[in-house]
Amino acid sequence: MSQKNRLASGGRIDRSKSLRFKYNGREYQGYQGDTLASALLANGVDIIARSFKYSRPRGIVAAGAEEPNAVLQLGATEATQVPNVRATQQELFNGLVSSATNGWPNAEMDLMSYVGKVGGRMMPPGFYYKTFMYPQSMWETYEKFIRKAAGLGRSPLENDPDIYDKLNHHCDVMIVGAGPAGLAAALVAARSGARVILADEQSEFGGSLLHSGEKINGRPAVEWVAETVAELEKHPEVLLLPRSTVNGYHDHNFLTIHQRCTDHIADQAPKGQVRQRMHRVRANWVVLATGAHERPLVYGNNDVPGCMVASAVSTYINRYGVVPGNELVLMTTNDYAYQTALDWADAGRKVVAIVDTRQSPKGARIEEARKRGLNIITGSAVIDVQGSKRVSGVQVAPIDAKGDKVTGSVERLSCDTVASSGGWSPVIHLSCHTGSRPEWRDDIIGFVPGKTVQRQLTAGGINGTYSLRKVLEEGATAGAKAAESAGFADAAKGIALPLSEEVKEGPAMALFHIPHTKPTARAPKQFVDLQNDVTAAGIELATREGFESIEHVKRYTAMGFGTDQGKLGNINGMAIAAKSLNQSIPETGTTIFRPNYTPITFGAIAGRDCGELFDIKRYTAMHKWHVEHGALFEDVGQWKRPWYFPKAGESMQQALDRECKATRDSVGILDASTLGKIDIQGKDAREFLSRVYTNAWAKLGVGKCRYGLMCGEDGMVFDDGVTSCLAENHFLMTTTSGGAARVLEWLELYHQTEWPEMEVYFNTVTDQWATMTISGPNSRKLLAELTDIDLDNDSFKFMDWRQGKVAGVPARIFRISFTGELSYEINVQANYGLFVWEKLFEHGAKYNLTPYGTETMHVLRAEKGFIIAGQDTDGSVTPIDLGMSWCVSNNKPFSYIGKRGMAREDCIRTDRKQLVGLKTKDPKKVIPEGSQAVNDPKQAIPMTMLGHVTSSYYSANLGHSIALGMIRNGHNRMGETVYYPQADGTVIEAEICSPIFLDPKGERQNV
Amino acid sequence: MFYIYCPHCGEHREEEEFHAKGQAHIARPADPDSCSDKEWGEYLFFRKNPRGLHHEMWVHATGCRKFFNVTRDTVTYEIKEVYKIGERPSVVAAGN
Repeated sequence: MSQKNRLASGGRIDRSKSLRFKYNGREYQGYQGDTLASALLANGVDIIARSFKYSRPRGIVAAGAEEPNAVLQLGATEATQVPNVRATQQELFNGLVSSATNGWPNAEMDLMSYVGKVGGRMMPPGFYYKTFMYPQSMWETYEKFIRKAAGLGRSPLENDPDIYDKLNHHCDVMIVGAGPAGLAAALVAARSGARVILADEQSEFGGSLLHSGEKINGRPAVEWVAETVAELEKHPEVLLLPRSTVNGYHDHNFLTIHQRCTDHIADQAPKGQVRQRMHRVRANWVVLATGAHERPLVYGNNDVPGCMVASAVSTYINRYGVVPGNELVLMTTNDYAYQTALDWADAGRKVVAIVDTRQSPKGARIEEARKRGLNIITGSAVIDVQGSKRVSGVQVAPIDAKGDKVTGSVERLSCDTVASSGGWSPVIHLSCHTGSRPEWRDDIIGFVPGKTVQRQLTAGGINGTYSLRKVLEEGATAGAKAAESAGFADAAKGIALPLSEEVKEGPAMALFHIPHTKPTARAPKQFVDLQNDVTAAGIELATREGFESIEHVKRYTAMGFGTDQGKLGNINGMAIAAKSLNQSIPETGTTIFRPNYTPITFGAIAGRDCGELFDIKRYTAMHKWHVEHGALFEDVGQWKRPWYFPKAGESMQQALDRECKATRDSVGILDASTLGKIDIQGKDAREFLSRVYTNAWAKLGVGKCRYGLMCGEDGMVFDDGVTSCLAENHFLMTTTSGGAARVLEWLELYHQTEWPEMEVYFNTVTDQWATMTISGPNSRKLLAELTDIDLDNDSFKFMDWRQGKVAGVPARIFRISFTGELSYEINVQANYGLFVWEKLFEHGAKYNLTPYGTETMHVLRAEKGFIIAGQDTDGSVTPIDLGMSWCVSNNKPFSYIGKRGMAREDCIRTDRKQLVGLKTKDPKKVIPEGSQAVNDPKQAIPMTMLGHVTSSYYSANLGHSIALGMIRNGHNRMGETVYYPQADGTVIEAEICSPIFLDPKGERQNV
Repeated sequence: MFYIYCPHCGEHREEEEFHAKGQAHIARPADPDSCSDKEWGEYLFFRKNPRGLHHEMWVHATGCRKFFNVTRDTVTYEIKEVYKIGERPSVVAAGN
């Protein structure tokens, strides 16, 4: 197995632990400590992707979160597929299976690339918009092909076998990033006794120290890292989170951290372990020590595999023992990048040239390079790259001091790798998440975090501070300040600062875009955003076409829209836009980064809130019985309510017909426990009711019940229910099952904010009571066998309630009816519910006591024209629209909620949509709910719609279908015909009628 | 996600425990029936949408069920002050 680019020694990999992995179907080998990217580079894999738009071959360019190209598909099985994984952040494990995300038939040999080559010049920004806009009807067809060609990663087709979870924390000091600044901050904060969380996205703490070769306290920096981590591990209040990306910085110092717990171990998490965990942290103080990303330069054909960011090359050499090529040309605008050439030379490979864009650079590293005899070409730049699947050479030319134009003849150099450095961009992403605008600093040639209202400090590279000595200083200072601000006094005292030698550096040059001999539009492609194939020419074109705001340029060119959020390219793109608009970078501004910093899996977001645990489920006391008796369930809010109880072989309609008939012929029973129940007490309770209901409550005596409608201030119905007077200052209000919480909050709102002088108290008692409604002509006979209450019609009238015992259990019985039948609603303490329910069945067999669910309840109430708030109303319906003016009082002294609203000009129109009954011409035809009524089905589309069907069923008791619906001016159109055109082209004809289909005089409930 | 101090519980709690109820200090007209349609419409539907300080009502929905007022900067989302119903804010926008 050849790892042709692997060094014999060095790096933080374990050469004794060999790992096998697959990439695009081929077997490779790497070592413990490798990332997928370093292992691919070790094996000399140059092409890992085809570009988004032009299908050009692409290679690995970076070594961390900023990688734009090496975005791979992972997963050994269908169920464990993970799309869009950055190979630079994926640790290698034995048996890892990966493949290129795009490219057809594969990334090596991609047919689309011919389109890119041939048509490339004809694919400017906005190409897709401009080309595929017309005809609009074809867009869906175009889109499929464009998406296929773009070849983004794919999601698994099977369920994820792994478990994910969430953890909530509070801490005094949250430190983001465990490089030198973060470690120094953590050390100081930890010693103060503060509760500290230190998170870093990498597998090891240390950040740049893991590859920089620098010294702290005179010894290799990695030794200081090891000692620091060892000490932090001993502090009981410190939580260390490696492999944990702080992905979001939200309001009030709330941070979300995506921890990859087992992604580095295997394709699937070991049994009993979670794959990923989302930490939700509320921090008193936050220290951002997120460092900086090196900016590549923008030059001709800078996307050919072998073109890399300079520091990434150093990282691969020093951390992973991999030299990603043989002959290096380094192009730099600054001193620091010389280190890459020195590292390359140390690894024993050839440095062809260091091309420095500055005219006469001076500094310690430059001296070192000169001493070693490396070829330094100053005042010049790499203006073009040769090669297609790998760099084969570069064109170098002298440029002027401002970097605007090529000033001399072009020289060709042979090489296979180009490293470039345009300086560093502070990783300000998290500081932007809370809305803070970044500020440009000319001295560091980069944006730094702007003003913030968060309790936030920053240290190190994020501030544009790059000398190790100062980075450590800033880290320690920030750690001390954060701990002290969080209440840990004297944190700064007695801290021995780790010391590091200052390296003398000369000034860097502010250069982003390398000039070419030809104007940008005619020069070879100079890529700014590699992931989205945005070129310098594209940005210039956008500004020429009139896009001046950087946010618009971004959207027009798609710069920074990829999964990498333009971590490498954005600043270059803004600089090019600024230059093209002839203004400064601060004038041009920057786009804002938003969460998440790196892509996050749906698994981590969902955590345990999936499958069975997706939502809360509420069960009534009789749930077990329902399950045992074959009920099918319906979700009503969070409640699981029996829908209907089919017997063996019955269809739904057959079951409903049977349940409906049994109830009207003998007796049925409904579990009504889910109805909201609010206990209302206090001397002003009665007055309060009359203010929130539309009808009168002054005279409701103890032992009596009354139906009420509740409206908003706009006069629209929002809930209804029966309220009973339990005692002089004591009422029980019922609400719809789904509206209970909303109604309670509504009552509290008015009591607390409008009428605090009223003495009234509310409490929910929904769960405390089990409610079973027996309904039908035999309900009295059945109940009489079980209760001591006198059920005689003269003493226990319709709309009365009584206290007594049922089956020996204390009970409240309400003689109210939602079916129009003789009906009793039995309420017992919830834990007696099942017992009483079963007792009713023991005695009910001889009456054919039939359990029914929500569907039969709906049919029976619709036969009576009783509304369901939320089904027959939708927030635009007044009581008058419902034909319920009998429930609206006009002579209550207080202007109750809804009264003024109902009197608005629009509400008193007589031709509003009104609730009516609908009888279909074909008695078997059930109009689908939601169907729209029209007067003339033959009119041209779009037709004039009159209102929709709100409830529609087949009524076995009546032998025909019934429906309720809204019709414009419906109350005045009784007997007229309307039409309901259906999606299949048929039309259902119906007659407008009274919504009360059965027993219009209401005699059955009064027997 | 906000971190909100409930003046009734005397503790900071996560936003998940609260419901936002819109602009604060909107009193129901004492005599709704004498309001013109315009006045009633303004009471019902018209709300401020300031850039900067905003007084808004919240309820500790899954906590003590008490309503209270919050003065919040709509740009930075900073909560400047929390006060009970019936109290006046001490932090107000210039010109108010």
